[in-house]
Amino acid sequence: MADKGSFDVRHQSGFPIVALICFFLLYLPIGALVVYAFNAGASVAIWEGFSLRWFTIAWNNEQVLEAAWRSLRIATSAAFIATAAATMAALATTRTRPYRGLNAKYAFLNMPLMVPEIVVSVALLIFFSRIKLATGYTGLGYLVAAHAAFCIPFAYLPIRARLEMTDLSLETAAADLYATKWQAFRWITLALLWPGILAGLMLAFVISLDDVVITEFVKSAGQDTLPTYMLGQLRRNVTPEMNAISTVFLLISVGIVTLFFIVSRKRN
Amino acid sequence: MATAADIARQAETREIRGRWLLSAPALVIIALASIGPLAIVLVYSFLAPGSYGDVIWEFSPDAWLSVFLKRDIFDNTLSFADAHLSIFWRSLRLSFLTTLIALLLGFPTAYFIATRSARTREIWLFLITIPFWTNLLIRTFAIQELIRNEGIVNNLLIKIGVIGEPIQMMFTDFAILLGMAYVYFPLMVLPLYASMEKIDFRLVEAGYDLYATRWHVLRHVIVPLTRPGIIAGSILVFIPTLGAYVTPRVLGGGRNLMLGNLIELQFGQGRNWPLGAALSMTMLAIVLLALMVYVRVATRSGGQNHG
Amino acid sequence: MPHSASDEFAIEVRNVSMVYGAGASAFTALDDVEVAIRENEFFTLLGPSGCGKTTLLRLIAGFSYPSGGDIRLHGQNIAALPPFKRPVNTVFQNYALFPHMTVSENIAFGLAMLKRSRTEIRDSVDRMLKLVQLEALKDRKTAQLSGGQQQRVALARALAPQPKVLLLDEPLSALDFKLRKEMQIELKRLQHETGITFIFVTHDQEEALTMADRIAVMSAGRILQIGSPREIYDRPAERFVADFIGETNFMQADVLSSADGMAEVALPGGKRIPALVVEGFRPSGQVSIVVRPEHAQIVEAGPEAHLTGTLENTVYFGTDTHFHIRLDGGRQFILRRQNSRSAAAAPQNGTVVGIRIDDGAAQILKD
Repeated sequence: MADKGSFDVRHQSGFPIVALICFFLLYLPIGALVVYAFNAGASVAIWEGFSLRWFTIAWNNEQVLEAAWRSLRIATSAAFIATAAATMAALATTRTRPYRGLNAKYAFLNMPLMVPEIVVSVALLIFFSRIKLATGYTGLGYLVAAHAAFCIPFAYLPIRARLEMTDLSLETAAADLYATKWQAFRWITLALLWPGILAGLMLAFVISLDDVVITEFVKSAGQDTLPTYMLGQLRRNVTPEMNAISTVFLLISVGIVTLFFIVSRKRN
Repeated sequence: MATAADIARQAETREIRGRWLLSAPALVIIALASIGPLAIVLVYSFLAPGSYGDVIWEFSPDAWLSVFLKRDIFDNTLSFADAHLSIFWRSLRLSFLTTLIALLLGFPTAYFIATRSARTREIWLFLITIPFWTNLLIRTFAIQELIRNEGIVNNLLIKIGVIGEPIQMMFTDFAILLGMAYVYFPLMVLPLYASMEKIDFRLVEAGYDLYATRWHVLRHVIVPLTRPGIIAGSILVFIPTLGAYVTPRVLGGGRNLMLGNLIELQFGQGRNWPLGAALSMTMLAIVLLALMVYVRVATRSGGQNHG
Repeated sequence: MPHSASDEFAIEVRNVSMVYGAGASAFTALDDVEVAIRENEFFTLLGPSGCGKTTLLRLIAGFSYPSGGDIRLHGQNIAALPPFKRPVNTVFQNYALFPHMTVSENIAFGLAMLKRSRTEIRDSVDRMLKLVQLEALKDRKTAQLSGGQQQRVALARALAPQPKVLLLDEPLSALDFKLRKEMQIELKRLQHETGITFIFVTHDQEEALTMADRIAVMSAGRILQIGSPREIYDRPAERFVADFIGETNFMQADVLSSADGMAEVALPGGKRIPALVVEGFRPSGQVSIVVRPEHAQIVEAGPEAHLTGTLENTVYFGTDTHFHIRLDGGRQFILRRQNSRSAAAAPQNGTVVGIRIDDGAAQILKD
């Protein structure tokens, strides 16, 4: 039998190199983006020294702030609505004997993940424009509704996963000890479920913040979110202000996802 | 007085009703703001276009016809709509190529992660996931900044004297391909990793024991074992790239349209909502077809898994 | 002071059936089961896995509703009540302790759900902690406890609300041997002290024999026999019970004559012995009889012996010795003798020996 040190069963020649190059290439564009956000010059490609001016410019840009604020409002509302709906849906579809319509429900809840965003955008454009004509309402409601809808599957999956890990016999024990259905839910199920709910909430929030296509189609004039504002700017002359905005945006997304990772690992 | 069996049945009915009530909010939201409106799109695809966008409520098969055919203005003959068909073809081609590139690069990457020690593995996974959660637009923008004529790559190459003139990379099929491969790469790696993690390396050892070379082992042992991951990853890349909109728009400009851009056009300058609707339904049909193929292939492979 | 159950019934199970599914694929977990359990009794449901004992327990607890029949608690029909309305508590096989709560919080849970006052809850919890000797661990999270400690928390938690009946679903099966023996004694003591009716489910017949006031032996959804450990052991009502409880020898015999409660049978080989008969049964022709290994003596092969055979194997157990004898007819007979200094020396393996069955030890079985 060959000595373990001399023949590694797992090794495939070239794979580690390719993998490391891929990792490098994965971070290269983003890295360059972030680096040039600190460019003193006005070019996004020629380095002229370190400066924070583009961050200041972005900070003072009315439109950017307005769009960012709108993004946050929509994401917060949509994330909470989606998480609440997803929690209820998860409770309804998990840890149960199969009943009629269960599989259909599960498929329906995950459909927003399968249908291409452009198709949904078109559908919502048509549908909401009819409603706009009929009711005259042109507020943020449409965007919040649309975001909530596609965030539901993202909140649903971690909550469902967490729920399946929770032992049903604990609720049975609670019932044995005089807890009504509501009391058992409040003191046992919810207490054990909340890390999953938190994870779902964070996921939904990030997904909503990041959306471009559906927002672009559903929004009325003047209802830019940060991504749609950036999309509009990309057509014109691009300055490192875009890099600065992107960097901040990156930090927020990455920050939330890192938090999500830590919370999931801690509870395991 | 009700017997216990009656009570049992009542309790069960009550519970099922309760579950429907619980799932109602989620189902209603999705029905109203995501899936439900698709029905309206289908209806719109059979209407006539209005002059300033929107539709006229009269039946017209023109939209569906113009998806595939066009009418010659002069002699009124029908022929294939080359413009549309070439866009279909580009979309399928680019999606397929993106999937292939992602697979060829993703396989070694996933394998690398799967063969790290347990602790480092988590860090590598985390590193792969981070770009995945970065905004799609930002990632596309990042690629744009690299490959523009005044971009980083061109500037660098000119500076070190390799080239004199900037290489035109933007607004080409190459740009779109690069962008999509970059954006969807993590989606290929994760399912691949999931199935590689489960490989029993004793089977690999057995292969080596029987005089196989590394290449043979790769081809005849490792790849078949990771087949579910390969299929899942391919679908996870192929379907979104078919429906891609942002990346081709930013990197392809107005010239290299994919299906998503063509659809958007009908609701913008094109002013042909029914056509846009018909094209959307066509895209949905292609996606559903791809999903059905996936389910077929995946379940068949599951049955043959020797493990 | 001798412990005795009262004459009042705590739990009455009448004609209870439990059927899952319907039509051809229906599965009958309980078939017209009837049992009455007395107050202050330590009652055991004993049987192999799948016999329905856990199903019956769950019906009493309220986690399922019976397909047919009645369940009464102190005369009141509870079959249709949800579990949180029944003054009955359960100790689960896997303990089902709430992992996000401390020991004290777990024990307090039932009383908290019943909305008792803060002081009452605190006092009860303290009392329970003392009862199961876990005062030192009261603020520990349950996940950090050993199996035996978790067991005691589960017990305390179920006893805190002072239920009328305590149900125990194979609570000792996860413990190692020594701990198990300790807990068996503990449980008996607790039942005495609290005076609560215990219904204990187990598949371990030794556990049942040592702990129970009365045992119900179950198999395939039916109760085969209810009685004290002594009755079950000495007078098994049917073959399954005889086989399941302890070791026993089965033999064919011919009935020569029978009267109330007694019959004379001819053993293989011709010797005649008296045999006990189950009440109401009139045996005739060929029957099965059972003889417990300790109810026979090993003697010289000769006229004194009821049976003869060759001693195949002698197994020494410390407290007693088992003799494996191959009878002339081909069957094996196991004979048990307590080791004492004054006993005669054991014969060598291979010698022909005789077996003498004690008077009244043979019993005719209803097959």
